[in-house]
Amino acid sequence: MLKDITLGQYYPGDSIIHRLDPRVKLLGTLVFLITLFVFGSPGAYVLASIALGVVISVSTVPFRYMVKGLRAIFLLMVITALFNLFLTPGTILFSFWRFRITEEGLRMAIHMIFRLSYLILGSSIMTLTTTPNQLTDGLETGLGFLKKIHVPVHEVSMMMSIALRFIPILMDETSKIMRAQEARGANFSEGGIIRRAKALVPLLVPLFISAFRRANDLAMAMEARGYHGGEGRTRMKPLSYHRKDMVAFAVMALYVLCQIGMKILKL
Amino acid sequence: MGIRIEHLSYIYNEGTTFSKTALSDINLTIADGEFIGVIGHTGSGKSTLVQHLNGLNIPTSGKIYVDGKDIHKEKESLRSLKSKVGLVFQYPEHQLFESDVLKDVMFGPRNQGLSDSEAMMRAREALRLVGLDESVEKKSPFDLSGGQKRRAAIAGILAMEPSVLVLDEPTAGLDPKGRDEILDLTAELHEKKGISVILVSHSMEDVANYVSRIIVMDEGKILYDDTPEKVFVHVKELEAVGLAAPEMVYVMKALREEGFDVDYSADTVDLARREILGALAGKNRKC
Ligand SMILES: Nc1ncnc2c1ncn2[C@@H]1O[C@H](COP(=O)(O)OP(=O)(O)OP(=O)(O)O)[C@@H](O)[C@H]1O
Ligand SMILES: [Mg+2]
Repeated sequence: MLKDITLGQYYPGDSIIHRLDPRVKLLGTLVFLITLFVFGSPGAYVLASIALGVVISVSTVPFRYMVKGLRAIFLLMVITALFNLFLTPGTILFSFWRFRITEEGLRMAIHMIFRLSYLILGSSIMTLTTTPNQLTDGLETGLGFLKKIHVPVHEVSMMMSIALRFIPILMDETSKIMRAQEARGANFSEGGIIRRAKALVPLLVPLFISAFRRANDLAMAMEARGYHGGEGRTRMKPLSYHRKDMVAFAVMALYVLCQIGMKILKL
Repeated sequence: MGIRIEHLSYIYNEGTTFSKTALSDINLTIADGEFIGVIGHTGSGKSTLVQHLNGLNIPTSGKIYVDGKDIHKEKESLRSLKSKVGLVFQYPEHQLFESDVLKDVMFGPRNQGLSDSEAMMRAREALRLVGLDESVEKKSPFDLSGGQKRRAAIAGILAMEPSVLVLDEPTAGLDPKGRDEILDLTAELHEKKGISVILVSHSMEDVANYVSRIIVMDEGKILYDDTPEKVFVHVKELEAVGLAAPEMVYVMKALREEGFDVDYSADTVDLARREILGALAGKNRKC
């Protein structure tokens, strides 16, 4: 159950995508998402599919693994598509009882399914190939210019990296406590909704306590090592652009140009 | 209550890139009323193994029989198994959650379907057994000392009146006094209540004085399964897998090399003293 969440998880590997500078990947993802929403023609989707397909196959992350992430938002996708299908006004294609399906609605629904699934695939390819540390490093340096207007970029990215770091730890802890309580006869999977909610108390109380204990320990450990925020802090692995990053930027530019070209040619 | 394990293997996260074989082809028989130590280096699969005994882990392959019945065949037997085999987890104090100690200990018996008054009786009894008196009953479990918390958690399992008690590293993180108290407690339970006790530990020293049978684990396999005396003969092999025999065994070994006729099996200070005195008195000196 908990294992099915792939968004935000790292899939170890050594492909060119894994080795790209995280800033390139962040920008690339952003560009991809923007083109998804700006360009909506069938041609644009073909182009986006090609780009996505190439990146996925180069990344060596099994496609099966990525699709698992889609499963989690399947319900959301269905609901969105249904809303679009039935509630968009326009030329009526088909109607029964109170429902009418319009041409525009059908088109919107298809759009939405594509957009949402590409959105998830596009962003999960980034998180799957970038370690949480690299990701937050990339965010921090990439958004460094915001410091000028007093956005606490360092603090936010530190919080993010800690939060990401704690997800697997807390999941482990959850399953450990669950088992310990099951050994005492607790039952998490049977009974009505109220019984199940009540059954969560023996799980949640120890979980919160352990989360606080860990947070406390971590804060202490950070202070003991002289952490005092971002000011004057240097990095063990400073980020720098290499040839492959430049190539990636060029590919990105080419992709955007192609999309614009398609739009102009009305493909 | 006999437990029999046949060709048990267990793989974590099977079929993913993170798959990890934790146990391979374990065969084991545990008879009524035994006092067993399970020993192994960190990551050797001790916890994984004992979590099979009450059905928490489902074997990847192999069978587990309790009282001759395959525990994974019927769902009902799995439920009652949790009451028969009480498993105290590593750092059990992390599972405390109620507002007071008594209520926390009552959690298990209540899940067994006992009435509140019965559960309370069982809980009181279990608390006395582990040496916690009435004054702590109404305290919050989080206000207890580390050793007291551990005792309260153990009481939580004892209150379910299991016929096999499994303790996973019950002494981890305790000071020497706390450690001895917990170990003495388990020995006492074994004697007084006549239940089988399985003690998981990575320290020979801890276990040697108490148990009558030692199972040494290494990389998911059983390396030795014998009486302590016979296991300690393999000092070299034990060291090779990151374990050590009790210190007295080393003393005895050194004495033997010096020509004294002393016995390896003297693994406690008391026994060693007797052996040495005996040897010095010339009774045992080789002719
Ligand atoms: N939840 C889990 N997911 C994946 N692998 C696990 C999990 N729990 C344990 N393992 C692996 O299985 C192997 C056996 O672990 P186990 O916890 O049984 O060892 P142990 O002998 O109890 O060690 P310790 O003395 O540290 O408690 C280890 O290599 C460990 O990395
Ligand atoms: Mg363990």
